[in-house]
Amino acid sequence: MGEIRILSATGILGSGFREDSLRRAMALGPDFIGADAGSTDPGPYYLGSGESQFSDSACKRDLRLMLLAGRTAGIPVIVGSAGTGGTDVQLARLAGIAREIAREEKLSFRLALIHSEQDRDYLKRRLREGRIKPLANAPALDERVIERSSHIVGMCGIEPYIEALRNGAQVILAGRSSDTSIFAALPVMRGFNPATVWHAAKILECGAACVVLRKYPDCMFATVTDEFFVVEPPNPEYRCDPASVASHNLYENATPYELVEPSGVLDTRGARYEAVSERAVRVSGSSFRPAARYTVKLEGAELAGYQSLVIGAVRDPLILRQLDSWIAGLVGAARERIAAVFGAGIETRYRLDVRVFGRNAAMGPLEPETSIGHEVGVLLQVTAESQELARALAKSVSHIAVHYPVPEWTGLITSIAFPYSPAELDRGACYRFNLNHVVEPDSPLEMFRIEYEDLR
Amino acid sequence: MTRLWQLAKLIRSKNAGPFELTFDVIFKDRASYERVRDAGVISEEWFARTYRIAPETVSVIAYDAANAIKITIPRPVASGDVGDGDVFGGQQYGPLVELEVPD
Repeated sequence: MGEIRILSATGILGSGFREDSLRRAMALGPDFIGADAGSTDPGPYYLGSGESQFSDSACKRDLRLMLLAGRTAGIPVIVGSAGTGGTDVQLARLAGIAREIAREEKLSFRLALIHSEQDRDYLKRRLREGRIKPLANAPALDERVIERSSHIVGMCGIEPYIEALRNGAQVILAGRSSDTSIFAALPVMRGFNPATVWHAAKILECGAACVVLRKYPDCMFATVTDEFFVVEPPNPEYRCDPASVASHNLYENATPYELVEPSGVLDTRGARYEAVSERAVRVSGSSFRPAARYTVKLEGAELAGYQSLVIGAVRDPLILRQLDSWIAGLVGAARERIAAVFGAGIETRYRLDVRVFGRNAAMGPLEPETSIGHEVGVLLQVTAESQELARALAKSVSHIAVHYPVPEWTGLITSIAFPYSPAELDRGACYRFNLNHVVEPDSPLEMFRIEYEDLR
Repeated sequence: MTRLWQLAKLIRSKNAGPFELTFDVIFKDRASYERVRDAGVISEEWFARTYRIAPETVSVIAYDAANAIKITIPRPVASGDVGDGDVFGGQQYGPLVELEVPD
């Protein structure tokens, strides 16, 4: 048993891969097929609401091809972070898709579902015991935060996957998971060197992201031994080179040298990246330091309110040259009007934010550039406890904004161009991430309930 | 005067989790990387001044394996929270693009 072969179907389930790439990769005899299905990248809405970033149709297309390939070859299929956020409702949705595929394609397999959603009482107990610790830049945590979160998930390590595999699972769908654990579990279970396994898993988790020029999402393939791994894209249009593979350690990570996992830290300081062909790269020399204490990262999201937006453009040079005072004036006038309509107590029940496109819409307080062009876009954003209230407030704001004056003009002006009627747009519920913490459990399994189901 | 983009094959920004922003400058070749790294052009101080944040919150890492310099800072507003303007953190690298590199 000198090597293990890993197929990563795509960087995120639902984003797609070429059928031909999957076919070529299957011809190389992989030991399993893995794919990540989630991320915090698209923001807190998915964890907060339980909706998914990709459509059921898109996930079903990808999962169908993976299950067909996996069952034909008799190898496990492992998907982690179901439905973007990895909550129970998102896991159930993906499990439903898997059952549909099994029925339609007449597939039989043992399905394991790893639940990552966390029990509030369990978390409160761990918090009281001092066994929940903040990570960098973490928001403040107390029991009320746990109570008001709409969902809290734990990021599972390799251990729940290994448990499921030992219990005969042929297809594993997991809730929130560390991206790399999807790919590291089976190789570590089979006894391969954790250093090469974890580094290969980090390169594989984003699918074809580690190629020189990624034009569209696709599969990636790695052959892992105890001394090194070789990564090579199955798509002949793609190639990896040492720089493209080394660069992938930078992606979405605060440091390229360390990757923190529940059971330890992958250290790539000693890594060597060598071309073995025009398209393949051999990586060796990383190390894995087991953690003194096993930790599970938490992610949580809570409702921040409901929003209504007013979008408009300003073109008058006289307004633009005093844009800040014009905006401050209209915000003040809007607040006065709102207090007149809803009473003074309304002040604490809403938030009005203004974002100026053409000045600092992308960077906000980080923007060093202060000049503006011949027009700006203005986004007036109202956040309140209900959609009805947010919309009612936005109606007052838009009417104040559309006629707000500058001293140079006498008479009534119309000072902002609205592209829509009505000017107010309801944006729905809005969430915020409220945890950046780790739990110290007694065992790697205690936070992750596993269900088994024999589909036939 | 050379601009940073002329020496880089990629300048990007992205979330490193919802509470941090990370910036990658990946250079075209070893010489360009070493030129910028050794001139100290991208320092904690320069970054803090340009982005108007405290220097002690800025981490700058030189990554030889990819001829890259990585900068990580805390996000002023968590990804997607009320008041955030860039959920993916993908458009925060603008001021780096035209940074002047001494000849």
